[in-house]
Amino acid sequence: MPSDQPLLSLRVVFLRQFLRHGRSIMTSPADVANPLLFFFMVITLFPLGLGPDPTTLAALSPGILWVVALLASLMVSAKLFASDFEDGSLEQLALAPYPLAVTALAEISAQWLATGFLLALLSPLFGVMLGLPDEGLLTLSVSLLLGTVCLTLIGALGSALTVSIRRGGLLLSLLIIPLNVPVLIFGTTAVREAVLGGNPESWLALLGGLALGSLVVAPLAIGAALRVSLDS
Amino acid sequence: MLLEVTQVAIERGDRRLLSDVDLSVSGGEIWQLVGANGVGKTSLLRGLAGVARLGVTGEIRYAGAFLYLGHASALKSSLSPVDNLRWHPASDVTASVGQICEALAAVNLAGYEYRPVGSLSAGQQRRVALARLLLSDAPLWLLDEPFTALDVAGCEWLEGCVRRHVNAGGATVFTSHQPSRFGPLQQDLDLGRYAV
Amino acid sequence: MWTFIHKLGSPPWFFGFSGTLVRWLLPVTVTLLLVGAVWGLLVAPPDFRQGNSYRIIYIHVPAAVVALAGYYVMAFAGAVSLIWRIKMADVTMRAAAPVGAVLTAIALVTGAIWGKPTWGAWWVWDARITSMLILLFLYLGVVALFEAYENKTAAARACAVLSLVGMVNIPIIYKSVDWWYSLHQPASIKFTGESAIDSSMLYPLLLMILAFYCLFALTLLLNMRAELLWNHRDSGWLKQLVGDI
Repeated sequence: MPSDQPLLSLRVVFLRQFLRHGRSIMTSPADVANPLLFFFMVITLFPLGLGPDPTTLAALSPGILWVVALLASLMVSAKLFASDFEDGSLEQLALAPYPLAVTALAEISAQWLATGFLLALLSPLFGVMLGLPDEGLLTLSVSLLLGTVCLTLIGALGSALTVSIRRGGLLLSLLIIPLNVPVLIFGTTAVREAVLGGNPESWLALLGGLALGSLVVAPLAIGAALRVSLDS
Repeated sequence: MLLEVTQVAIERGDRRLLSDVDLSVSGGEIWQLVGANGVGKTSLLRGLAGVARLGVTGEIRYAGAFLYLGHASALKSSLSPVDNLRWHPASDVTASVGQICEALAAVNLAGYEYRPVGSLSAGQQRRVALARLLLSDAPLWLLDEPFTALDVAGCEWLEGCVRRHVNAGGATVFTSHQPSRFGPLQQDLDLGRYAV
Repeated sequence: MWTFIHKLGSPPWFFGFSGTLVRWLLPVTVTLLLVGAVWGLLVAPPDFRQGNSYRIIYIHVPAAVVALAGYYVMAFAGAVSLIWRIKMADVTMRAAAPVGAVLTAIALVTGAIWGKPTWGAWWVWDARITSMLILLFLYLGVVALFEAYENKTAAARACAVLSLVGMVNIPIIYKSVDWWYSLHQPASIKFTGESAIDSSMLYPLLLMILAFYCLFALTLLLNMRAELLWNHRDSGWLKQLVGDI
């Protein structure tokens, strides 16, 4: 939109959008707590389903923790852009003289801090509950820290593509689960390597590469997808 | 000339809604888009604003900035009116708290500055959204159904607000189901003529 | 060259052109499929380890190869549609998705059938089969996303974005699944990994791959023509065409 006023720098725009979305998240603590609670409860189901044998649980724990993290991210991303779309904020963002990719990334970052980041911080606790050996705990946390960046960005893409569709929830899972496969593989392998005394660094590096790659590619795709949702 | 529209056509999917729409809006003018339900009033306004771009062909030229207020209020229900109005990405509005409180007082919402928008009634939420009109200095307003949910006093306030804006050299294009609010001051664009 | 590309974008011209193409492609595809099938299933020698059961590769491998290529065709059409906004690219993308999904499904089913005599189980989490399964999900995602949008122009754009992201992701997915498999199970029996495949078995396989490419092109064209007929059911050129027939 043409405007006579001088444009704000993208960094300022990012920061404002980040703070605005962050404040909106903070006013409903349930939205922050729910994914963590979900994670906690699903983790509880596994010993009940598999039996309490510590060796079995310990062997399966990297996979369990990562799969549940992936499911939690599905739950979060389902409503990432929903309120923006419904209340018309997205229209205004689309009219702004700034790339939608930047403002969307600001919201995604706030969302990640409130869910993925917290999950990564708390994950050693859940790891201990499943009997994950001590050597794996730090790697679990770091792998989730890098991995949730990818999961959140890919989830945001799914949300951007399906936000205008009624009952888009199940569709969202279909769209983003296949895209999350490499993240899951690199993440679980890193933790397993750490437990077995191998070197998890190379797998963490791969995860870091994926995170950087999706930070570059995903916002552009998300911006385009949000435009499509407004157009539909 | 604030807005110049030539040969604009609007398509939704495979269906063409409107074609060959011509419109030129100058300062001091009020235009109402009229037509039956489903004729494409909102689609045209969204197309003119550039919210939706797909299926919009033809030429749309603006001479300056504009403010678009859609059917949805673009307010976050968990934030207060002040927080909501503080940062409006589309028009670079970065109003001070003092200005925002003044605007809220003007729409008769003094005392509601720091309550969550979600706790306000539909009409009050609409007033918060309309307070953006007072905080923007864009010469052209594009308003989609601005009178919905407003009570009599609210409608009168909005009418006066639009009149003042137009008298000061601005222009307004809006959609509404209510006929001729502004009497001889307004011009109608009957979309039925352009329907396909 | 440019006029040709420009013409491709015009539905009436494309409809006529593709009609000619189909008339040529149909006999070629049938011949290739017949020759390849007879050669592979009857003439080629049995494998010394797997006996005759290996012969399913003459269906499985071509289907798998072409299914993957089909995704790239779809994503490329998506890119063309996003950048140049050519409607024919939308039609191509929309037509390629179900064809690719069916090929992927064929590869999965034949892989399962092959798995029974080879490993004694219908389903084994082999790297190739797992990758095919994920490819199937990717295809189904595009098809489902397209169906979910009411506005089909918007649907095509959404699918274009999704398939482009999928295209970037596919090499990463394939590589990661390869690593995952080699870490968990030392490769004892590989599906087709042996480079030492005898030429008497290889040539019919290459012929079948070629035949499947032709089959893909043929079904894609037919699907596109059906799509065009539906999209332009009300337009003048089509009524005229039907009138002429």
